[in-house]
Amino acid sequence: MEKIYSRTKAVNQVSGGFCPGCFHGVIVKIIGEVTEEMGLIDKAVCVIGVGCCNNIYGYVKGKVDMVNTPHGRAPAVATGLKRMAPQDTLVYTYQGDGDCAAIGLSEIIYAANRGEKITVIFVNNSTYGMTGGQMAPTTLIGQKSTTTPKGRDADDVGYPMHMCELLNTLRAPVFITRVSCDTAPHILKAKEAIRKGFQNQIDGKGFSFIEIMSSCPTNWGLSPVDSVKFMQENTLKEFPIGTLRDN
Amino acid sequence: MAKLEISSEACKACGLCVATCPRQVLALGEKLNANGYHYAVVVDQEKCVACKMCAVICPDICIEIWK
Amino acid sequence: MERVFMKGAEAVAEAAVRAGCRFYAGYPITPQNETPEYLARRLPEVGGVFLQGESEVASINMVLGASIAGAKAMTSSSSVGIALMAEGISQALNGCQPIVIANFMRGGPGGGTIQPAQSDYLQGTKAIGNGGCKLIVLAPCNVQEAADLTYEAFRLAERDRNPVLILADGCIASMMEPVILPPMRTDEELEKERLARRNWISNGVRTRGWGSIKLDLWYGRAAMVNAESQGACGKPVVEHTLESANRLWAELYETWENDIRVEEYRTEDAEYILTGYGTGGRVCRAAVDQLREKGYRVGLIRPIVVNPFPANAYKKLDSQKVKFVLCSEMAIPGQMFEDVQASLCDRIPSYYYGRSGGHILEESEVIDAFMSHLD
Repeated sequence: MEKIYSRTKAVNQVSGGFCPGCFHGVIVKIIGEVTEEMGLIDKAVCVIGVGCCNNIYGYVKGKVDMVNTPHGRAPAVATGLKRMAPQDTLVYTYQGDGDCAAIGLSEIIYAANRGEKITVIFVNNSTYGMTGGQMAPTTLIGQKSTTTPKGRDADDVGYPMHMCELLNTLRAPVFITRVSCDTAPHILKAKEAIRKGFQNQIDGKGFSFIEIMSSCPTNWGLSPVDSVKFMQENTLKEFPIGTLRDN
Repeated sequence: MAKLEISSEACKACGLCVATCPRQVLALGEKLNANGYHYAVVVDQEKCVACKMCAVICPDICIEIWK
Repeated sequence: MERVFMKGAEAVAEAAVRAGCRFYAGYPITPQNETPEYLARRLPEVGGVFLQGESEVASINMVLGASIAGAKAMTSSSSVGIALMAEGISQALNGCQPIVIANFMRGGPGGGTIQPAQSDYLQGTKAIGNGGCKLIVLAPCNVQEAADLTYEAFRLAERDRNPVLILADGCIASMMEPVILPPMRTDEELEKERLARRNWISNGVRTRGWGSIKLDLWYGRAAMVNAESQGACGKPVVEHTLESANRLWAELYETWENDIRVEEYRTEDAEYILTGYGTGGRVCRAAVDQLREKGYRVGLIRPIVVNPFPANAYKKLDSQKVKFVLCSEMAIPGQMFEDVQASLCDRIPSYYYGRSGGHILEESEVIDAFMSHLD
């Protein structure tokens, strides 16, 4: 018998961490797998946003260097870090939709517009998970949250924010893609997107942005399996997966 | 024939592997782990074709597979 | 010794480069624009990086990132811009990053005015960021001091692994004066310092070879102290909690008593004391000389390090001899005046005279104010 799937050395098994069925766990896993496969574990620095993404700590503690940043400022911290660290350092940000598309919108747009040679991993689960399920910039029209109790009303608070499309208006970025975790094949595609995002950085090509669609069973009030159904019937219609740019 | 190994203590009984498996090899068990989750167990090893989909979708890296 | 004729904002920039600063990020705001403009030219000459951020918020966080990577890094702004940087400065302190921040104060509150003022003493010395964080605050009163104190700021920041603030004002930023520039630090010196910081620099775990670190949100200085010692034996030396980190900061702040610097000018036989800092202190010094010529025994106390505040300089005044203390700043109401009063503990009467809103304090006004308090 040959072992055909084993745990990546880049990630610890954590008893706490993300909620049951949260795809953050999957994303941390595939980041770890890619980092390990590319032999970058000891050169990687994960610049973490604020939110559920913060829970990556326990998963890579002792293995990968991490930097906590004020809410929304990860791309700015990553900018300074990448420019002053040895050029073979792998600098990537790990952010949620509140961190990247709300408070940190200015930072992400300018890091992209400057073409910083970093990789941004943006987890879109249409909610503020850590703080208990408030409306996010990516909350769907009609989707309930603790701050849109009757469902998001476009006349009141506008429409979901499409980060890939937004950044696609900028010239500098080299790779902009949206992937999803709803099925195993999609997760493997997401893993390849992360590999490309890291390779672009190692080759010094420029700024890579990977939006990864995820669910939030706890705050959507659905079981993990039903959350995937909700994703497929609603979220992925609003946020279709696909690569917008791959220079 | 393939062999699955599930680290029961890390499993949070999210059920994604059970739903994903095309051959219903897995199910949430009766027993609870230390965190109080009905961890996933292999119910029909024979039917497993080692497609690895359960391991790929597991958010807690509980599953390792031999073939 | 090079003696050049330079603007304050540029002297601060050049002194920073000579102190080893190799990264600057900042945002345009009058009256400190010459600092980023100068560094945009100068940093590339020494293999450094200059970046204009999209905001002060982004700029301070870029400086944070550069410092974490191991570089000496700096930013500058003015009053309201420093307010925008409060969160980043607090996180830089929390992450034990030796960055330097220069504030060329302008009128406030709010956008206030682009003209000089000293309306951010309390901001700089009492609450530059959330969480009770404190910085050593150096207050130059002329271009020479601006250069010297910037050079010193990088040494103090590196020593304490704590940000340091230069508290200047618009006058110093825009004024040109002859200045003798400090020597350029050699690459070997800088590399030695960078290696000394190896256990708390992040270029990936390879930097230190014994495991990962996390520039922390939760454990602050405790994480740094443990990382520093972890290299040696791997066992945490302090409790890995935020409370223990808060204790470490408290201990650090205690040690700053030895860094206090204050100019005491003609105070030996003084019956009256004028006091002020920065440009206010400089105007008071001129007023002291003029009043001495008129036969009044007046002395000057000018704090150069304004945090920690040199309280002893006021405590040791002989209440039998000194009739009153007059504090003068370019702020209304007085701000350093609060610390002066606290230090005097009502042993000696104290009065305040200030201008603000961009009006620059003048000796004649200080003298008139002094005369008005003579009984």
